[in-house]
Amino acid sequence: MKPGTTTAACVALLRRDFLLVWRRRGDALNPLLFAIMVVALFPLALGPETALLARIAAGTILVAVLLAMLLSLDTLFRSDLEDGSLEQLVLSPHPLSLLLACKVLVHWVTTAVPLLAVSPLLAQLLHMPGSVVSILLIVLALATPLLSLIGAVCVALTVGMRRSGMLLSLLVLPLIVPVLIFGAGACDAAQMGLPYAAPVLWLGAWLVIAVVAAPLAAAAALKISMT
Amino acid sequence: MTPSPDESPPLLQAAALAYARNSESVFGPIDFELRAGDIVLIEGDNGSGKTTLLKVLSGLLAPTSGHVHLHGAPLTLAKLSHQVALLGHLLGMKVELSTLENLNFAVGLGGIRAGITPRLALASVGLEGYEDQPVRTLSAGQRKRVALARLLLVPAGLWLLDEPYANLDRNGIELVNRLLDNHARRGGAALITSHGAYAYTSGTPRRLSLHAAA
Amino acid sequence: MNPLILWFHKFGSPPYFYRVAGRWLPWLYVTALALGVWGFYGGLFIAPSDYQQGDSFRIMYVHVPCAWMSLFAYGFMAINGFIALVWRIKLSETLAMAAAPVGAAFTFVTLVTGSLWGKPMWGTWWTWDARLTSELVLLFLYFGVIGLYNAIEDTRQAARAAAFVALVGVVNLPIVHYSVVWWNTLHQGSTVSLLGPSKIDARMLWPLLVLAIATHVYFFASVLARARAMLVELESGKDWVRELSLRAQVSHV
Repeated sequence: MKPGTTTAACVALLRRDFLLVWRRRGDALNPLLFAIMVVALFPLALGPETALLARIAAGTILVAVLLAMLLSLDTLFRSDLEDGSLEQLVLSPHPLSLLLACKVLVHWVTTAVPLLAVSPLLAQLLHMPGSVVSILLIVLALATPLLSLIGAVCVALTVGMRRSGMLLSLLVLPLIVPVLIFGAGACDAAQMGLPYAAPVLWLGAWLVIAVVAAPLAAAAALKISMT
Repeated sequence: MTPSPDESPPLLQAAALAYARNSESVFGPIDFELRAGDIVLIEGDNGSGKTTLLKVLSGLLAPTSGHVHLHGAPLTLAKLSHQVALLGHLLGMKVELSTLENLNFAVGLGGIRAGITPRLALASVGLEGYEDQPVRTLSAGQRKRVALARLLLVPAGLWLLDEPYANLDRNGIELVNRLLDNHARRGGAALITSHGAYAYTSGTPRRLSLHAAA
Repeated sequence: MNPLILWFHKFGSPPYFYRVAGRWLPWLYVTALALGVWGFYGGLFIAPSDYQQGDSFRIMYVHVPCAWMSLFAYGFMAINGFIALVWRIKLSETLAMAAAPVGAAFTFVTLVTGSLWGKPMWGTWWTWDARLTSELVLLFLYFGVIGLYNAIEDTRQAARAAAFVALVGVVNLPIVHYSVVWWNTLHQGSTVSLLGPSKIDARMLWPLLVLAIATHVYFFASVLARARAMLVELESGKDWVRELSLRAQVSHV
């Protein structure tokens, strides 16, 4: 008998989940399209005035990206629950928190990275000054993993429910208020030529804490909602 | 092969085990033991708590009262390590992936028994040549066979099988019985639920009756 | 065993709790009502008008005790949730979930009265200042806890999941508060402090403290009443509840 190592289990899970996203790659584009559409709605609603759009660009893009990720969070464990794979994950002898961290990583790479890639384009749509775009990218690179991690905890709690969409938003949104405030705050400060390091560093600090704590919390939450 | 009953603790032991949901009894309290080489058939009508019993025994659900001991130690999810394999109503397979990809993942997650490979396991459940077929294209019975191949691969001594005969044809039923015989001969044990239409026939399996909660 | 732990175990048993809480309830309600009437009389008739705000400051006697209670109820819920998760005590699960709607109601009243108070003071119904915004996030947290509790079928599992959310919220609330403070603040500074010298007239202060006690007593009365009802439902299969309903039928006949 050869019991598998935890590393082997994580690698197998990462490979399987990436393969699954690849096989369903059409679905993976949905959050991207959603974010682009939301951003495109703002000039239509507020008028094409350049100064106004530049003023609201950072906040709009952050909100659009966070909403797009929120929409995709629902699927984080859904198919695994429906076909029984989640039971097998919970029953496996490896630390559930590590396995969930792998799943969160796949979620972040497949949803957030494309959103990050398209965000300079969104910034152009809203006439964001070029100097702020790099700050926006840094902020998004810190804020999106935070959302994936915090979201995973909430998804783990709602995993057994059939229609969890609204409830999931209700649970996630209060938790990401600080992320939004500091992310938009950093971009605004940069846009006004003020120092923006502090809010960016705060985001970084929270990300470090969330990387450690969120998988453990998600595993605990999943055990509550499955057992 | 089978150790004498007095020496080692039983593979699985349940004492006064009961489960209730919202304080309505689902099953129990029941007592039973399972030793190496035992195949036990759990019988009961729909709603008598067969599936719930298997979930409690696998550690997925915590019993409302009573104890489960695995090799003499209390059962917790953390201590399960490679000892229990559960085959539920949901087979735990990704329909987008091929049979071989699914089995490779199961091996990565649960480890592998000595002297077998995913290809060999597929061949021994009669699915030779289906290695690269996406599970989506397989029939329900064929999917069940893939799940049985997973049982052969992972190194678990205790099998918990929920309706293993469902969806299987005559050959498939014989296959399940053959796998169970081999498993028992290797010193493994299994608990099988069945609503009674088909059942484990070779030898005389022990039976455990669950009665629908009044 | 330590007598305190012993008492804790005894109190944790649903039938005992049901009996004792039932005995306390009328007293708690009467005390809350008496203190409430006294406090409101003091606040609305005895306390002098504010030299700046005139009589409109009197809404403080509803707003401030409710604001304190919104946090106190959350703390009560979170502590009970923690006990429920760690020691799996059924009574704590019930108490935590009984406190959630009461706390949400206090939070809602705080928001409404805050907004009513804001109109004469700031000239607007709503302002995105730190404390109002935190209070709004608090209300959403309460809704999340209640929503999750209602969405899961198995009552005990639901209570544990909701308690988990409450605990995550405890970590989150200070972060929200300080991030909103950093973001923007308009609200007047805190005027009552229990430790230092108070910045308001004693004749204005005592009704506030009386009302604060009244809302606490009311909170406990309401939570105990709700918890009793929830326990009877949760334990409907148990013998003590059967006896209870039998006795109720007998006394009706």
